[in-house]
Amino acid sequence: VFHQPFVDYHAFAPEIVLTGVLVTLLLVDLVFEERARRATSTIAGLGLLGALIPVFTLAWNGHDRALFGGAYVVDNFSLVLKALFLVAGYVTVLISTDYIGEGDYYEGEYYFLLLSSILGMTVMASARDLISIFIALETLSIPAYLLAGWRKRDLKGNEASLKYYLLGVFATGVMLYGMSLIFGVTHSTVLTEIHGALAAKGSTSVPIVTVGILFVIIGFAFKVSAVPFHAWAPDTYEGAPTPITAFLSVASKAAGFVALMTLVFISFDGRSDVWQPLFWVLSAVTMTVGNLIALRQTNVVRMLAYSSVAQAGYMLAPFAVATHAGRSDAIEAMVTYLVIYAAMNLGAFAVVMAVARKTRSAEKSSYGGLFEYAPGLAVLLAVFFFALAGIPPLGGWYAKLVIFRIFLDKPTGWGVALGVILAVNSVVGLFYYASIAREAFMRPVPDDGDRAPIRIPAALGSALALCAVATLVVGVVPQVVARFAHLAPFGS
Amino acid sequence: MHGFDDWALTLAVFIPLVGAAVMLLVPRAEEELCKGIALVTSVATLGIGIAILFDYDYDKRGLQYTLDKKWIDVIHSRYQVGIDGISLPLLILSMVIVVLVVVYSWNHFPEPHNPKAFLILILILEVGMNGTFVAQDLILFFVFFEVVLLPMYFMIGVWGGEQRQYAAIKFFLFTLFGSALMILGFLALYFKGGESFSIPYLIAHAEAAMPHNVALLIFGGLFMGFAIKVPMFPFHTWLPDAHTQAPTQGSVILAAILLKLGTYGFIRIAIPILPQAAHSWAPWIGGLAVVGIIYGALGCLAQTDMKRLIAFSSVAHMGFVMLGISTLTPLGINAAVFGMVAHGFITGMLFFVAGSLKDRYHTLDMKRLGGLLLQSPHMGWILGFCCMASLGLPGLAGFWGEFPAILAAYNPAKGLSAPLFRSYMVIASIGTVFAAGYLLWMLQRVAFGTPKEEWEHHHIDFGMHWPEWASWLPLLAAIVAFGLLPGLLFHVTDPAIHAVVATIGK
Repeated sequence: VFHQPFVDYHAFAPEIVLTGVLVTLLLVDLVFEERARRATSTIAGLGLLGALIPVFTLAWNGHDRALFGGAYVVDNFSLVLKALFLVAGYVTVLISTDYIGEGDYYEGEYYFLLLSSILGMTVMASARDLISIFIALETLSIPAYLLAGWRKRDLKGNEASLKYYLLGVFATGVMLYGMSLIFGVTHSTVLTEIHGALAAKGSTSVPIVTVGILFVIIGFAFKVSAVPFHAWAPDTYEGAPTPITAFLSVASKAAGFVALMTLVFISFDGRSDVWQPLFWVLSAVTMTVGNLIALRQTNVVRMLAYSSVAQAGYMLAPFAVATHAGRSDAIEAMVTYLVIYAAMNLGAFAVVMAVARKTRSAEKSSYGGLFEYAPGLAVLLAVFFFALAGIPPLGGWYAKLVIFRIFLDKPTGWGVALGVILAVNSVVGLFYYASIAREAFMRPVPDDGDRAPIRIPAALGSALALCAVATLVVGVVPQVVARFAHLAPFGS
Repeated sequence: MHGFDDWALTLAVFIPLVGAAVMLLVPRAEEELCKGIALVTSVATLGIGIAILFDYDYDKRGLQYTLDKKWIDVIHSRYQVGIDGISLPLLILSMVIVVLVVVYSWNHFPEPHNPKAFLILILILEVGMNGTFVAQDLILFFVFFEVVLLPMYFMIGVWGGEQRQYAAIKFFLFTLFGSALMILGFLALYFKGGESFSIPYLIAHAEAAMPHNVALLIFGGLFMGFAIKVPMFPFHTWLPDAHTQAPTQGSVILAAILLKLGTYGFIRIAIPILPQAAHSWAPWIGGLAVVGIIYGALGCLAQTDMKRLIAFSSVAHMGFVMLGISTLTPLGINAAVFGMVAHGFITGMLFFVAGSLKDRYHTLDMKRLGGLLLQSPHMGWILGFCCMASLGLPGLAGFWGEFPAILAAYNPAKGLSAPLFRSYMVIASIGTVFAAGYLLWMLQRVAFGTPKEEWEHHHIDFGMHWPEWASWLPLLAAIVAFGLLPGLLFHVTDPAIHAVVATIGK
């Protein structure tokens, strides 16, 4: 007998609002065609802010909601991350407005796909079931494959999309295979039940469970661009439209981390002997390789791509040392990092886009003398890049601090070693982040000598201002982010 | 005065930030206005400092002007500030130097000019420096300690000499490496020392709560952070480059204050929180200190560039400070704090003079200099005076940093090997002879003799400008005053230092 499941519409409200906006976008584009071109970005932006309202009411309301037998959960963790996805999406819309509007691109479809992807992310924040995680992942990935190739007459754009698509699908395949093994052993797709079943299995079925866990984690390692599964990132980042690159490096990566956190800390909690060494290696290799290759880049977008690989390494580090007891702290640290990283990295990309409006280039050498003709922009550039390097009083230091904290709470040899590797890596990171500032402040204007000031359109300007204020405020009063991240860890 | 007691230090730290923020709104072309704002801001900050000087209770041992407010609840870090007799002189030194640097800048803006940006950086530097001297919470200390990095990086990198980009990033990378290990040490202190970042709390409880080998490791982390900043041999290699390439104002601030952040860290944090570990580390610190003294002196003798020579002399002088600290005795640490302040005055002054010479000759290559006394008697004599002060002539401030430090090494703290420290003493004494050697040698080559022929057809204005007089006279007066009346400073520092040393005997 089919029982209609109880649906808590309040719990779904953010997703419902997003879906409504998606439909509106399609209809507006269909009915008004060219006349609606400029309106679509406004609708998308307002829609994302509108979807924030139910997130706030749910947070205000307070109690956790579990739907569909625990497959879909709305708790503080999911609300904090939904808010992050929506705000990051809003900033993406802001930086897209003029870029997409001025290029010869479709607009309605662009925002439709962007919001679909964000919808997938908000679902991912609540998904506590293998199948809903998979659906969320596909919902957020497939539009992203298309968006990466949005500049369809550009060969690099095609390469970006194709590489991202092929490797993404391959990773999904690996992950699905892992999930099927887990399901085969535990007979459940709900994360909490998997945890119970794995605990009950004890020492039987160890090889299958191990392979299953490895495959699932590796599938998401692609998503967060951990080395050695990062090969798609630089080419995709370079070829994709810059706002999409920013979006992929922040929101899409965060979604991967959300899935990893829920899977690892809920389902695989009892099998830390399997995933801790894996994450230790992933984290150490990712941060080191990402940083070393970033040192050699001459293109700022590619450099930011490798920087985002390195940053993923920092964010993976808590997995490598978190014990069951330290789980909450690890989640708190990663959520803190994700939020601060979003502000810094979106800001950095916004600066890159603002500079490219004049220079039409992302080569490092084109930044020469920026301080002379656009001092404000040069200062913002310094703010974001040194924040990424973790220099106080700019936001990034607190993110690094909370990661360091994990290593030294009940320290183990491995934990402290990873901490030292991270410390050395953040020094290496400074070198390439500072190299952009050096170009902008200490080198002369390149030969063609155009010193005309840069005109920054309103939308891009507000994105810059939002990110700059966030980066500075978090650096001086980290409590504003720390408070929310502190609420985030899920129960049990 | 209750309100003032609470907020004095906060004002002292953040008034410069307000000035910098106001200056951001002023158009770049309004140079006079920018200078005015910078001057008013730095003088106002110094005003707070002077008010504190009058109001401070010199007989009390503990912290004064304390304020303890919520900051980052989640990690139990608080906005906790306060000063004692160790912080007070350094805080005032920092305020004074900033005012003088702003005054000196009046007509000495290095290329590419841009007074607005230059002065904003100086004010932000002051926020970091003042903040470090008043912070009583490890995380707060860390943030202020790091705030100075960015402005100094840009100051060297944008306004510096030929090799400025290399020097700037080298300075940045070295200090960042140290502070990355230092923050690991701070976090370990938090977890092992009783879940608190409060320095007074950790002084009272931390070491008892952890095994000795852990304390040794943590001290190692802190040591790396502070020793690179000081800088101690063998971590000093960033210093000559940074000093040589920095603009005059940058060199002065770097020498007079930034180096003190490292030594101050030892006296404020590393030693009182982990006295037993400090005791175990002391022979090594003392050893590196005397190596630094001799190495710095030999380095000086190998230089042809006057600014680089002064930079190496800083390595030697900070060696005396560290030797004083490593004895872990009241006398040694008193000497160290005195040495820090005296070095701030004297080396700051030397860099000012070197900067003014460079403005006139456009070179500091000592082979090409000479006869300064003939060309500009004022400047020549001032240089001579500073050299005398720097080599530790009794009656001038430099003496009271070096002599008691050497004396203290004769009789180090209980449990430290007296023969070892006495050998350090002998080596350090030889170092003072070297110091006389290189300083007199520099003086001879720059000031004595007759000007080289190449300058005959140059029309160089050797008259001293009013900003030079205005920024130098207070320093010269201070060098004499503290040289004749060292008690002025020892009286302030002594009670606080006894409190620090008392932790070692526990």
